[in-house]
Amino acid sequence: MSKYARFALALAVGTGLAMGATGPAKAETPKKGGTLSYIVAAEAPSYDLHKESTFAAVHPIRPFYSLLIRVNPENPQSPTDFQCDICVGEVPKPTDGGKTYTFKIKKGVKFHDGQVMTAHDVVATYNKIAFPPEGVASVRKAFFKMLDSVTAPDDETVVFKLKFATGSFLPVLANPMSPIYSAKDLKEHGYDWHEKNVNGTGAFKFKEAVAGSHVDGVKFEDFHMQGKPYLDGFRALISRKMAIRVQAIRGDRAAIEFRGFPPKQRDDLVKALGKDITVQESDWNCVLLYTPNHGRPIMQDPRVRQALTLAVDRWGGSQHLSRIAIVKTVGGIGFPGHPLSATKAELVPLKGYGTDLKAARAEAKKLLAEAGKSDLKFELMNRGTDQPYKIVGTWLIGQWRQIGLEVTQRVEPTKTFYNELRNTKNFDVSLDFNCQSVVNPLVDTSKFVGSAGNNYANFKGQDQQLEEIYEQMLQAPEEAKQRELMRVMEKRALSDQAHMGVTLWWYKINPHRSYVKGWKIAPSHYLNQSLDQVWLDK
Amino acid sequence: MVTVSEIQTEAQFEEVAPKKPWSQVALELCRKQPLGVFGLAIVFVMIIAAILAELVSPNDPLQEHFDAMLAAPSAEYLLGTDEFGRDILTRLIYGSRTALLVGFVCAIVGATGGLVLGVASAYFGGLFDLILQRILDVFMAFPLIILALAVVATLGPGIENVMIAIILPFVPQCARVVRSNALAIREIPYVDAARALGFSDARIILRHMVPNVMAPYLIMLTTFLGQAILLEASLSFLGLGVQDPTPAWGLMLSNASEFFEGAPWVAVYPGVAISLSVFGFNLFGDSVRDVLDPKMRSR
Amino acid sequence: MGKYILKRLIAMIPTLLGAAVLVFFLLRLAPGDICEVRLLGTGATVAQEQIDICRESLGLDKPQIAQFFDFVWGYFIFDLGTSMWTGQPVTHEIAIRFELSLQLAVMATIVATIIAIPLGIISAVKQNTLIDYFVRGFAIAGIAIPSFWLGLMIILGLLVFSQAWFGEPWMPPIMFKSIWEDPAHNLSQLMWPAVATGYRYSAVAARMTRSAMLEVLREDYVRTARAKGMVEKIVINRHALKNALLPVVTILALEFAFLMGGLVVTEQVFNLNGLGNLMVDGVEHHDFTMTQNLVMLVVIVFVITNLITDLAYAWLDPRIRYS
Repeated sequence: MSKYARFALALAVGTGLAMGATGPAKAETPKKGGTLSYIVAAEAPSYDLHKESTFAAVHPIRPFYSLLIRVNPENPQSPTDFQCDICVGEVPKPTDGGKTYTFKIKKGVKFHDGQVMTAHDVVATYNKIAFPPEGVASVRKAFFKMLDSVTAPDDETVVFKLKFATGSFLPVLANPMSPIYSAKDLKEHGYDWHEKNVNGTGAFKFKEAVAGSHVDGVKFEDFHMQGKPYLDGFRALISRKMAIRVQAIRGDRAAIEFRGFPPKQRDDLVKALGKDITVQESDWNCVLLYTPNHGRPIMQDPRVRQALTLAVDRWGGSQHLSRIAIVKTVGGIGFPGHPLSATKAELVPLKGYGTDLKAARAEAKKLLAEAGKSDLKFELMNRGTDQPYKIVGTWLIGQWRQIGLEVTQRVEPTKTFYNELRNTKNFDVSLDFNCQSVVNPLVDTSKFVGSAGNNYANFKGQDQQLEEIYEQMLQAPEEAKQRELMRVMEKRALSDQAHMGVTLWWYKINPHRSYVKGWKIAPSHYLNQSLDQVWLDK
Repeated sequence: MVTVSEIQTEAQFEEVAPKKPWSQVALELCRKQPLGVFGLAIVFVMIIAAILAELVSPNDPLQEHFDAMLAAPSAEYLLGTDEFGRDILTRLIYGSRTALLVGFVCAIVGATGGLVLGVASAYFGGLFDLILQRILDVFMAFPLIILALAVVATLGPGIENVMIAIILPFVPQCARVVRSNALAIREIPYVDAARALGFSDARIILRHMVPNVMAPYLIMLTTFLGQAILLEASLSFLGLGVQDPTPAWGLMLSNASEFFEGAPWVAVYPGVAISLSVFGFNLFGDSVRDVLDPKMRSR
Repeated sequence: MGKYILKRLIAMIPTLLGAAVLVFFLLRLAPGDICEVRLLGTGATVAQEQIDICRESLGLDKPQIAQFFDFVWGYFIFDLGTSMWTGQPVTHEIAIRFELSLQLAVMATIVATIIAIPLGIISAVKQNTLIDYFVRGFAIAGIAIPSFWLGLMIILGLLVFSQAWFGEPWMPPIMFKSIWEDPAHNLSQLMWPAVATGYRYSAVAARMTRSAMLEVLREDYVRTARAKGMVEKIVINRHALKNALLPVVTILALEFAFLMGGLVVTEQVFNLNGLGNLMVDGVEHHDFTMTQNLVMLVVIVFVITNLITDLAYAWLDPRIRYS
């Protein structure tokens, strides 16, 4: 764990620079009152976080609920700094060789309707998520494959028994998509009730929602954290167009947007509003990939796939693209800066990560010539979303043009996009991404293995060696060994076989009105959205 | 998007346009239609720009200049650059190709499809006419943009699909107008006479009916030109049209909607290009209508 | 007349049924559905079992023909089903957005009428003069300029100029409040889109006014009135305008019907939570029930508007009835 701690410190220092104005916020005493207006870029289908997987559900709904444990709002950059939300004291250490976790639950925590929360509510919640009855949807069931049982010996104790010891259990518990529901609600109203109704223990009570327009919350007076929340309420405004979101902050119709703006918009806001705008920035646990379809004859030759990655100017792209798109950091398969992830020195020897662009592109042309594919033409399938998919897609096509490839872009609506990826596999190369909440590279990198459910490069069963490396890494007891194996895996997946191409990691930029205090940027737009610690300096 | 209801269009073409030589029509156009000639001039410039794009463009439309991203208009980039540092003027010039392609293909295919269906419907009459009219009714019941949106949403974005989505609502509009004109001609005794003389259906249709519905056909065709460009721009703005890196105005505007706050030129010029070209086509189309439609002609 | 109305009403049935078939099967032509969007859209690993549960819960596993009958039957029992995205009744989702769309359509119509009718008349009376050319240029420009682009320019202008003149950037509110609840807020939000769409609308109406006026001015009775030495103003107001008004009202009605559901792009630009936006959302989410019902409702409004105008014509001109 020592390396994790160092990593957290390094990140805190790193982002401290970017945070600028919010750095000294600790010295200030929070002011009470006011309503925070913020923008949400999309509308969630329902209020049930257990069923949804979009940030558009997290941002307006998460403040109504509590989690068992959560990412520390004062230190959201750390992948290991968790704190109790409705449990008591420190997050417990596992016993029984890492296979048992015992939580003490806070007494007298109230739901918004007045029910008193007990350990049985926690058990009912996790049973619903991990062991749903037949026919009940639970999209994160797979997250809990290590969980054997969850029980409540008494009203204040919850015991989780695991099938095997794993470091990824706590991050899964801290996932914001697992808010605590009342056992009574689940029993009386059924498993679909929370889609349209809200009854949580969070800092804010549901006031009203108008479909397509906004969600309003008001302060919950009986909130289980003394003196919180500071705000009287919040209003989550829905706005689909990026231009409107930026203008809304400029015209002070909203104070913040929690997902992230492209750098250009940040600059425009800072230029227009000066010190009324504070900018927080962070690496983002999302990576944009391109996926060559191994089922297509033209993509079967590893030399062709290597040529594709060699043509991409990642270091240059990092500079240029980071001005217009929400991507920035050059990285391998793991979240950049994490102790398990590659350093720049480790990345450079990989194909496509070299610093001599000319040489790389010459090599790419040579490889294409050797493969007899010098005048390759193909189609890049992309998803109909501007940021960052279409921008990076257009950029990639420009990169490939440099080695003489003629690439066109086909943009598909989401359903067709996934249908092509999963079922018909009717594409040459597709854009793809991997986006996770709590940083946990051991689990997150499963995306690069051919047998993974969300790997769309279509080489399942063709690279057994890669599968074995990943399994070894998962079971490696020590961090050093895990790290070593991750390098081996990275080299095989991205360079030797070039199964998939990492373009750039996302970069989260949240410019907000300077009067918003107490909110700290996390490496994911899913995290740190409880809003209980946020206040307005007005 | 609906400018003329079914009734008005029918009413306008109740009478049969008298035949006159085309040279005379052209002359009349210049003398009496200064606005139309102005419109024609805009269209002409656009066509020249599209044909000679390689020669008149100051730059390569696909070349990215990462050292000049979103650069303001300057001597080097007359209208500034977009988010990839691509020259906006050059992309506008190349974009006129996409606009003209969409405009002309949709207008010609749409109007001609309408011509064929309209004439056939009028000539054969009976059950064929009845069924065809009911089918056209269905298409006419949709506002243009809604039908186009539904079609593109199904077929997926892309220039071919956008053109299909635009043509589909055009055909019934034109067919409706052509049919009502063709019906009037069908009643004229010489069609019966021709039939009695044993001329083939094809001959009667081509020789007698088609020339007589040329006026409404051309009027619809010119109206469609501007409408098609505008529709393409709307669909592209929703991200459903032509895709990068192909230069196209609607697409440029769509991309611009993220960046126009700090770099207004990325949104202003493509919008001007769309407006100006549609303006030109409409001025021209209006004058064509004035000349060809006897009821509208000034006396 | 009664027989004619009945005839026209019956003729509507195949049109509406055809429209229902068209929109229903068009939406389902491409494979995939809302469950993929909901569950996979965020890049998560989701078991096929979960997707199947989702499909089953939305009735997407039923045969298409059965789904189609449910859809059509809904119109007979006044139950349009529930949105696949929000799980709320379609009618409820529409009701929320109806007021905004209605108000915007009314405001745009007012803007359009105020501008269009005087301009159209002047243009017709002074045909082929400089004024006529100017008005026609103005009108054609209105049709040529995309409303959504005009909207973008309006917002940009407001932000830039308010900051330059008052120091603080100002933009219209982005959340709708009813005019009865907060008139200032309401109008400061809706006046801009009303202008942006009203310009195009007025252009369409001005053109129609002009051509209708021209036609009437050439009619014999107007000439007679003039020959009798009547004052030009009275000729125009009493005789010409009255008769030219019908096509103008028709075009206003059709545009109004279109504004109610067809502002798919402009509502995006102004962040209006109206019916056009609902349609775009429905299309984007692949929410079949929402999209097909919205399209059908727009079609129904459209067909009925057409019917009413046709009936008005028939009432005024008996020849149509018997042809």
